[in-house]
Amino acid sequence: MLKNLLRFIKGIKIDTPLFLGLLVLIGVGMLNLYSSSGQDMSMFLGQLRNVALALTFMLILAQLPPDFYCRWALPAYAGCVLLLILVWKFGTVNMGARRWLDLGIIKFQPSEFLKVIMPIAVAAFITKRSIPIRFSYVILAFLVVLIPTGLIVIQPDLGTAVLVAFSGSVVIFLAGMSKLLICLIGGAAGAYIPIHWKFFMHDYQRQRILTFMDPESDPLGSGYHIIQSKIAIGSGGLFGKGWLNGTQTKLEFLPERHTDFAYAVFAEEFGLVGFVLLMFMYLYVLFRSAYISAHASTTFGKLLGGAITVTFFIYIFINIGMVSGLLPVVGVPLPLISFGGTSMVSICAGFGILMSIQTHKEEKLF
Amino acid sequence: MIFPFSLFRKETPAERYRVKDKSDDEGNTVFGRLCFSMFVIICLTCVLFVREYRLQIQEYSTYETKSDNNRIKIVPIAPDRGLIYDRNGVLLAENRQVNALVATPSKSDDIKKAYDEINGMLGLGLDENDKKAFMEQIRQGRAFQQIPVTDKLTEKQMAVFAVNRFRFPEFSVVPKLKRFYPMGDLLTHVVGYVARINTKDQEKIDAEGKTENYAATQDIGKLGVEKYYEDLLHGKSGYRKVEVNNRGREIRVIESHAPTPGNDIYLTIDVNLQKKGYELLKGKRAGLIMIDPNNGEILASVSSPSYDPNLFVRGITRKEYSELLNNPDRPLINRVSVGNYSPASTIKPLMAFMGLNEKMVTTGTRFFGAPYFTLPGSTHKFRDWRKWGHGWMDIYRAIEISADTFFYDLAYRSGIDRINRYMSMFGFGQPSGIDVMEESMANLPSRDWKRARHHRDWYPGDTVSIGIGQGYWTTTLLQLVRAHSILTQHGHNVVPHFMLASASREGREQNVTDRSLIIKANSELNWKVPLQGMYLVVNGPEGTGRRAFAGARYVAAGKSGTAQIIGIKQDQKYNANAIRKEHRDNALFVAFAPFDQPKVVAGIILENLGGGSRFAAPLVRRMLDAYLDPATEKAREEKLRKEAGEGTEENGEEH
Repeated sequence: MLKNLLRFIKGIKIDTPLFLGLLVLIGVGMLNLYSSSGQDMSMFLGQLRNVALALTFMLILAQLPPDFYCRWALPAYAGCVLLLILVWKFGTVNMGARRWLDLGIIKFQPSEFLKVIMPIAVAAFITKRSIPIRFSYVILAFLVVLIPTGLIVIQPDLGTAVLVAFSGSVVIFLAGMSKLLICLIGGAAGAYIPIHWKFFMHDYQRQRILTFMDPESDPLGSGYHIIQSKIAIGSGGLFGKGWLNGTQTKLEFLPERHTDFAYAVFAEEFGLVGFVLLMFMYLYVLFRSAYISAHASTTFGKLLGGAITVTFFIYIFINIGMVSGLLPVVGVPLPLISFGGTSMVSICAGFGILMSIQTHKEEKLF
Repeated sequence: MIFPFSLFRKETPAERYRVKDKSDDEGNTVFGRLCFSMFVIICLTCVLFVREYRLQIQEYSTYETKSDNNRIKIVPIAPDRGLIYDRNGVLLAENRQVNALVATPSKSDDIKKAYDEINGMLGLGLDENDKKAFMEQIRQGRAFQQIPVTDKLTEKQMAVFAVNRFRFPEFSVVPKLKRFYPMGDLLTHVVGYVARINTKDQEKIDAEGKTENYAATQDIGKLGVEKYYEDLLHGKSGYRKVEVNNRGREIRVIESHAPTPGNDIYLTIDVNLQKKGYELLKGKRAGLIMIDPNNGEILASVSSPSYDPNLFVRGITRKEYSELLNNPDRPLINRVSVGNYSPASTIKPLMAFMGLNEKMVTTGTRFFGAPYFTLPGSTHKFRDWRKWGHGWMDIYRAIEISADTFFYDLAYRSGIDRINRYMSMFGFGQPSGIDVMEESMANLPSRDWKRARHHRDWYPGDTVSIGIGQGYWTTTLLQLVRAHSILTQHGHNVVPHFMLASASREGREQNVTDRSLIIKANSELNWKVPLQGMYLVVNGPEGTGRRAFAGARYVAAGKSGTAQIIGIKQDQKYNANAIRKEHRDNALFVAFAPFDQPKVVAGIILENLGGGSRFAAPLVRRMLDAYLDPATEKAREEKLRKEAGEGTEENGEEH
């Protein structure tokens, strides 16, 4: 009986170095949440449940072989696109945006699924072509990326659309898309931005950008978040005010301190030293992920692993950049630190797939 | 293979083999891109580091200050206002604890609704004007400042509020000190009152650089001693440094500096005398003042009718105020230091001093008092008050019987310039130095004044009327009594004042006023003669005040006056019953006692009542009795109370 159990545990496929890194980051997030919630136990326990759910999901995904993902990616992708079309036609409107699909029992955003499924689908699509990828397939791959992206843009949900598009594009980049093409697309995007600003942006989106340029223009309105967040980070100094001692946090000047602005809480209480340590932890996870990707046995594994790694970093960069006033405010949580189940599950899902790539190497030999 | 069919098809082993076959080449491509990605990640991490370094190290002090400004608020604490006592320590103005409902708004949209709801729930009876004023204060107020809603919460309203408190997070009940005047309307024109600081007051406070000291103060002195001694009474504000959260709620006190309470003020007023005077003048439009001529202390100062100052402290309603304003007896007018009256015959002793000092008359001068006086080359008759005249007289008798013709003649010979110079020295047309703001300088006429005011030259006829205190000459009762006080002091200055002493934690400080010689006489006799004349008014066989002062157990001296309100035509007789009430004569009487060593100078003005000796003199007598001979006055009071309702004694009408 005990022997069986031990064998079962030994049989669990897991990448221990990566798992430990994730646990440490999640632990930091829990400590941070305890402080930012004003030592609210129910919130702490709620997040603990989210973590348990996410880690379980991650382990389940780690047990499945990469082939499984490769095989099911495109059908899953097609399903998501279908859901997005349903949202477009029948979605629930909330605060001016049509993002939710209401099934009576649950209400969800199909665009969230795409954050995970998009890189898998693109990787699966490219794997079947030759690498470095040819121009015609680049076009097709971008079509795969842009169809759901377009559907998300019209919801409108620019933040998610950018992230989804990015997670797909990274795969194309990793697949060796020609540098000339990258430059051309970059140039075209640069030229398109002013047009988009003028004709396709909603007022609230323009307001976000304007506020980002000059938060002091509206200190109590849309600039309030970023001003208070910068005060929290700046007043942390080198060593921070100490855990549970952040005044911006404790006295509730900092908005959305559990979720999107969790990093400001961390920076206020642990200072620049805390930032450096946090970045080392993240970099540890990132390098372990990159290592796994580089040593993947298949191109699919390499592409997908690399995309998950880069996307993970992009989340970190966008969140910290936005909270520090370097980037405009978009609703991106800090991976593994911010409160919230959806983000935790989708991030852990990515790492589950990475572990699957790492632990199923021998199987690809035949 | 044709896209999209390939998407849903399982790979064949051959395909997989093909992929694997090229895997080295492909691996290199992906590996290269992966390395490049990691390089970009490192670079972007460095960008983040630079950003954090800038915020947390380079701009640390800026953000630390901003963080402290966020959480630390300075809450000013109002000092306790100094109390006001009478000369014997009777409390005249105190601070009582009230329960005030205040709002600490964070968003003004919600507060409007909550205000209405609370108003209805507690039955506060606040109307649209109150609401408008309240919203205006919120608009102007600093963040997290407490805005008063009402000061008058009853026990029941407090209980109702306490139960529903959770519904109104912006509102709270705070105990507060509120000014209260236990004497009611007795001393309104002396003590004055405090009321809510309005926009004009605030501008003044700001202009005088007292903004910080008044940060928590809600009321300011608006009248009387409360206004004049505002700085003394107010004290110095303190503050608390507190940590607040984002809704302005205080989390903890960091440090605290207690305010310094204002000084207490002791007034020169004797409340018992004040009450006596107030009772005597009840129902009349009248003023009364009693001064100690030795030091200028005002023992009593009554302006009747009066009103309750507490109305203004709690915030007078529009209706209440318009009632006060439109009352025909005009209670808002201070009849002691603001009301302008013709001094009439009361100034004759002062004119006599001028005549003697200027050698226009001597004690040996003989004058025949005809029924009237005419200017050379004119037929206009300046009539004496006695139709048949007074016959031969000297200067003493001229004062005793108040002979108008004597003073017509004296004034005519002296000329307006000389009269103006002397009467200025006695303080007419000048500020008296009294310590309240409500003072009129009245009008001591001169050639320049007439030219500026009426665009006409001064006529000799104008001077004649001035000789008996009529015509263009107006005074306040305060000026009149001060002038007589200076007379009793042989030219030494008398500055009437209300503050006896101020007391703080450091101790008590006596208020000392100027006593220097301001009028120099050529001879001591020039002082003694007019005073002797006043002695005869009260004690002489023909004195106009002799009946009123009969049987007094001290020696008094005085002078009556009856001021005409309207001109009487040349062939007309004054008949009190035939003319409208507000055109009847004003009665005046000024007296001092004891004669040898004056301890008090008293003056009374009664509007539209008639002759000074008949109506004003008996009241002055009773005031002097109350001060110098309280036993007699007490006995009289009791006797009067017993006889209440029976007829009053008849007095002959004299000037």
